Amino acid sequence: MSNTNERYLLDVEKISIAFGGLKAVDDFSIKIKKNELYGLIGPNGAGKTTVFNLLTGVYHPDTGYIKLDGEDLTGKKTIEINNAGIARTFQNIRLFSNLSVADNVKAALHHKYSYSLLEGILHLGKYGKVEKETEERAYELLKVFELDQYAEYKASQLPYGKQRKLEIARALATDPKLLLLDEPAAGMNPQETKELMDTIRFVRDNFDMTILLIEHDMKLVSGICERLTVLNFGHMLCEGETKTVLNNPEVIKAYLGD
Amino acid sequence: MKTGSKTLRSNIITYGLVVVFYIVMQGLYMTDNLSSLMEGLMVPLCYYMILAVSLNLVVGISGELSLGHAGFMCVGAFSSAVFARLVDEKIPGMAEIIIAILIGAAFAAIFGFLIGIPVLRLKGDYLAIVTLAFGEIIKNLINAVYLGVDANGLHVSLKDTKSLNLLEDGDIIIKGAQGIGKLPRNATFTIGIILLLITLFIVINLVNSRQGRAIMSIRDNRIAAESIGLSVSKYKLTAFVISAALAGVAGVLYSHNLANLQATSKNFGYNQSIMILVFVVLGGIGNIRGSMIAAVILTILPEKLRFLNDYRMLIYAIVLIAMMILNSAPKVVAWRKVMAEKYFPHKGKINEPGEA
Ligand SMILES: Nc1ncnc2c1ncn2[C@@H]1O[C@H](COP(=O)(O)OP(=O)(O)OP(=O)(O)O)[C@@H](O)[C@H]1O
Ligand SMILES: [Mg+2]
Repeated sequence: MSNTNERYLLDVEKISIAFGGLKAVDDFSIKIKKNELYGLIGPNGAGKTTVFNLLTGVYHPDTGYIKLDGEDLTGKKTIEINNAGIARTFQNIRLFSNLSVADNVKAALHHKYSYSLLEGILHLGKYGKVEKETEERAYELLKVFELDQYAEYKASQLPYGKQRKLEIARALATDPKLLLLDEPAAGMNPQETKELMDTIRFVRDNFDMTILLIEHDMKLVSGICERLTVLNFGHMLCEGETKTVLNNPEVIKAYLGD
Repeated sequence: MKTGSKTLRSNIITYGLVVVFYIVMQGLYMTDNLSSLMEGLMVPLCYYMILAVSLNLVVGISGELSLGHAGFMCVGAFSSAVFARLVDEKIPGMAEIIIAILIGAAFAAIFGFLIGIPVLRLKGDYLAIVTLAFGEIIKNLINAVYLGVDANGLHVSLKDTKSLNLLEDGDIIIKGAQGIGKLPRNATFTIGIILLLITLFIVINLVNSRQGRAIMSIRDNRIAAESIGLSVSKYKLTAFVISAALAGVAGVLYSHNLANLQATSKNFGYNQSIMILVFVVLGGIGNIRGSMIAAVILTILPEKLRFLNDYRMLIYAIVLIAMMILNSAPKVVAWRKVMAEKYFPHKGKINEPGEA
């Protein structure tokens, strides 16, 4: 290996998980450098979402390890993993649907903007100042996604595309090192997808973010991802530069043969 | 920034309603315009409203089903009654009731904590089952307890008063199923309203804090809440313990409104817990003001309907159904929104669930 000395932000080595008899993910490895925009692709049911669930502690891998910035996160709980710096969005949107758009983001600012329970109940002490800061930060994030004018809407009232954006804003609010996006363009029209690509690039550049995304929309993938890993039936089919991977005959076969 | 302006207005309406309710009732009372029946309901109305608001914190805000709210009320009632008997008018009534409130709240909170710790870690509706059992167990346990005090301190027995082995000057406090007698009866409508306002203050403020947002986020989507680092068990427990403590406060009001306190199926049984749940459901789950109004209507109504004798429960059931329809039928809800918009125009776009 040529770059063993290079430090990866995300270093995943040979993780596997089986559900009953089905090996949903088998010996999966991925190394992502800081500030990279990385794509995870593959046909339906290949195990992509399961990889995200493994990375975020929803499932624990049967084998292998997961390291973020040198810290071993294997077997850690979802909350600990978020605190360590991984945030995600969900393929089937999971917003706090009865809360306002602003409160969805504020909920994710919970740890960064803090006061005690007593201060929360009495609305005394740091409460006023911290709530104001929370509000400012939430609107700042909403602005990035052009959601600030909907701040007081119920999250469930947003159209689909905006809900996806709100999920990204919420994930970003936890101030992660690594952002995982599960099919961020699903359900978006071509115009929305184009805007989303710009937003993702903007987030990477302006938040100094490292992003791993799952996507079926090849225009988006080839447009913004620098490197790709292809999954097929739980196995890694190949990895490398986006262009090279997308021209790999095996990858084309996996997609067409699906 | 504009967030909260509507919430603030809504909260002021809630507090305002309570104050108006107080002034009207107190006015009618002072001018002797209150029937003896309504007079007798003044303090009960307060503790039923406190129970409804506090249960709404668990059911509406935290999204857990609790069927043992009367059990926490029972803990608050008995712990504070024991305290009242121990100090036995040695301290002024006002000081006694303030300390009693703190004691009742603390004991109920401890029970809430002990029940919540194991149960709220589990996914699923285990809380409903466990709280239901807790309510029944605590009631039966208290019925079996004998407690006395003498120069040597407290004596407890599960048999009878004799086995307490009290000295000559000893005093029996809890007499098994006969409960606690000789209570101070120093609860007043004013104290009840103050406690209700404090309850509202705590619940409404909590909803509008980072802890409240965490509680509601967990209710709306547990997996997403964990993905942003929120501890599910911690915040479910927070809501549950605060709710239990407030039910304990209602219990203090209950025990300090009676000369004799007994634990029966009627006052602390599961029927009572279900009744409180009905307040919450009819008032609108998560709707704090609604649950207070439901508590008032459903407390006064059965009393007012007594003259109907056999038809009483029939009419009561019809009213329940009518309230349910009024509260949640889509057309009625839409109509209510239109009317609200007409008479109270505002820019806010949503009705937050936690909003009072
Ligand atoms: N909790 C689970 N229990 C059992 N099987 C599961 C579980 N989660 C995922 N699977 C299975 O693992 C396989 C991979 O699923 P996964 O959702 O990761 O696919 P995917 O690549 O994200 O597909 P898609 O593109 O459709 O989202 C599927 O066969 C799925 O049925
Ligand atoms: Mg998937």
